[in-house]
Amino acid sequence: MPKQLILAAHFPGVNNTTVWSDPAAGSQIDFASFVHLARTAERGKFDFFFLAEGLRLREQRGRIHDLDVVGRPDTLTLLAALAGVTTHLGLAGTLNTTFREPYELARQLASLDHLSGGRAAWNVVTSSDAFTGENFRRGGYLDRSLRYERATEFVRTARELWDSWHPDAVLGDRAAGRYLRDADVGAFAHQGDQFDISGQFTVPRSPQGHPVVLQAGDSPQGREFAASSADAIFSRHSTPEDGRQFYRDVKARLARYGRGPDDLKIIPGVTFVLGDTDAEARERAHHIRRQQVSPQTAILLLEQLWNRDLSGYDPDGPLPAEDPQLDDDSIIKGRTRLTDDPITTARRWRALAEEKHLGIRDLVIEVTGRQSFIGTPEHVAESMNHFVQTDAADGFILVPHLTPGGLDEFVDRVVPLLQERGVFRAEYTGTTLRDHLNLPAARTPSAVAA
Amino acid sequence: MPDTLHLAVALDGLGWHPAAWRLSAAEPSAPWQATWWTALAAEAERGTLDLLTVEDSLAMQSSRPDGPDGRTDQQRGRLDAVQILARVAPTTRHIGLVPTATVTHTEPFHLSTAVATLDHVSGGRAGWRPRVSATSAEARHFGRRDIPPVDPLRLDAPQTAQLVDDLFAEATDVVEVVRRLWDSWQDDAVIRDTATGRFVDRDRLHYIDFTGRWFSVKGPSIVPRPPQGQPPVAVLAHVPAAYAFAARQADVVFVTPADTTRAVEIVAEVRAAEAAAGRVDPPLRILADLVVLLDETPTLARRRRDRLDELAGAAYASDAALFTGSPAQLADLLTDWHRAGVDGFRLRPAVLPDDLSTIVRGLVPALRDRGLFRTRYPGGTLRDLLGLPRPVNRHVAASPA
Repeated sequence: MPKQLILAAHFPGVNNTTVWSDPAAGSQIDFASFVHLARTAERGKFDFFFLAEGLRLREQRGRIHDLDVVGRPDTLTLLAALAGVTTHLGLAGTLNTTFREPYELARQLASLDHLSGGRAAWNVVTSSDAFTGENFRRGGYLDRSLRYERATEFVRTARELWDSWHPDAVLGDRAAGRYLRDADVGAFAHQGDQFDISGQFTVPRSPQGHPVVLQAGDSPQGREFAASSADAIFSRHSTPEDGRQFYRDVKARLARYGRGPDDLKIIPGVTFVLGDTDAEARERAHHIRRQQVSPQTAILLLEQLWNRDLSGYDPDGPLPAEDPQLDDDSIIKGRTRLTDDPITTARRWRALAEEKHLGIRDLVIEVTGRQSFIGTPEHVAESMNHFVQTDAADGFILVPHLTPGGLDEFVDRVVPLLQERGVFRAEYTGTTLRDHLNLPAARTPSAVAA
Repeated sequence: MPDTLHLAVALDGLGWHPAAWRLSAAEPSAPWQATWWTALAAEAERGTLDLLTVEDSLAMQSSRPDGPDGRTDQQRGRLDAVQILARVAPTTRHIGLVPTATVTHTEPFHLSTAVATLDHVSGGRAGWRPRVSATSAEARHFGRRDIPPVDPLRLDAPQTAQLVDDLFAEATDVVEVVRRLWDSWQDDAVIRDTATGRFVDRDRLHYIDFTGRWFSVKGPSIVPRPPQGQPPVAVLAHVPAAYAFAARQADVVFVTPADTTRAVEIVAEVRAAEAAAGRVDPPLRILADLVVLLDETPTLARRRRDRLDELAGAAYASDAALFTGSPAQLADLLTDWHRAGVDGFRLRPAVLPDDLSTIVRGLVPALRDRGLFRTRYPGGTLRDLLGLPRPVNRHVAASPA
């Protein structure tokens, strides 16, 4: 059997990939939008639904950013509600470890796993940013260098809590009047640099034992964390060359942790545009790019690289002649910068603009956010399959540009072609997300102790 | 129908009696299944109840007030209540969904966005019961602060009184922050103005800039204003300090009178607390809590109670009064208390699903016959069911017309 693709559906986010100005664009907050996308993904036999998280509204030049979609639901609450309108689809949520504590989050995730019948997944992110910290009790307490230390210890602690109930802990012997097998069920004690906690965990072992753990960081530390602790990586390497290099690098790290190459799935986030002909798809892709980069958005994206106020510039005029500002204090708050080397990138952009006679907006359209797969359904299915069969990835997290109908056409036109090729399931064969992803079962507590 | 009463059911595991799991027809592990909760919610909705609550705590259930009791003969373990009710929301259409969520070790920001999201996914049916955690056992689960062990026999010791005062003061701040975050988006903040390229009007988004003794929160929320504007906040209150907390911060108060005389007194105490707090919001909806153990006849009900107590090894004692009898007798009692000034009731079924079924199939028809309870849902939000108007956003109310 050829290698099988993993497919996941990303709910459109709060950046300019999501086109809200299109007449077909719906609400970013009505539950009906989430139901539509989740049910479409389930109709397409997708592995999971994916929700990002933001814990503070983004700001630029000290003001709330108003050009993109703003506002989203609380991750865990929304996923639990989606569990009520789907039956097989995995439910993955991004949850920040900096502004949460293991006891509460492990409890919520185990609850979600129970209430969804084993479909919960957690995308672990860790933030050191004081800007977001202003919304939380501890503020921006975490040093940037300790991000992975906290993430690693957080995940380890959560697994200790999930392992604190044996699968057979509830005896339920009515005649003998014995509800629990042991009085110390759920007992735990963890002592480390990040957490010093002890007591009794209250949630019985959930269907998956451990919810699926995803990780999104790309640095060497992030890759190592994924190799040691995660079941899947939400990567951003969406070109075949980048993808293959990343894939080799990460999979090679697994042996050190006693894990096999199939134990960690690599799933880049990608975008797509379909058309009846490749030319039509390219035309649609260009139209969408213009929707994504309005004149105002072009200036703001340029400011993110230049780290200066460029509001006086003409979106159709030339790029700024001066170089980006290298202050640590970023003009944009609440999201990462585009690049680590703004000067070089700016010079490259300027050269390209001069060579192709592009104004600011056309240049930004050219150099940011081009769609990953553009073409006829046949072409896109073939490209995606080739990407996976040549080990540039194990599958994809699809990021539609429209809420909530942005996945409809893909499910109707591309999924059947992947199914015909025998590289994507025609029906669900398991019930849990671990089943779908073909991941090994979580070790049972007795096996952990052995 | 101004004379009608409000009816809520409080769900907890397999029922409130410690031996409930011995007599329930349900599997002992039923509460770990979504279908347990959706079936109970459907039953409560058949009875056109106003709302259901789900209990929660960050500690294991215990017969001791200060930590685990090491018992194996009673039901132990529970799922997160917000998660349970979010799972229930899409399977129900009318009933209010009120989870308990602890305020002491948790983040006000997450609490606010979780309840706001529950309101969005349920179409305006969310509420919230903030719960204070005073045990050192729960504090150790977080490891971020020390809460000294409380001597249950010396609750009036000065350091204990100080601790309780502090915890309620913190809870007041938490509810304040949660409410300010709900109002941090005006209802019309999303403008989708293609001419200017703006998705939101940022002048309709507001920092809350809260700074208190325990935490500060900047805002605004990440979640647009919930459909109800302000989902109802319910407080379980046994003592004057808690009535004061409710009068300042809640929409609904659950109280625990032992009899009709105490019901009259407690209603007066709550109203006095409202006056003392200078409350301008609509008066608190006062719901009296009762543990109910029902059967067709008083004798059968008593027998069930005796059997449960025998299995538990002790007579059941609770913070709320225990009613044992027939649905008709309970309807009489509720009618009396309702005349005494109680707006409604939160019934805690001793055994689930049995006592909930009897509430829906026995008590509700009896109350309807007396003209004391609705025969169908009018349609709308939980605030509508409770007769609470949708509050104007404070930022709109404050701005000149």
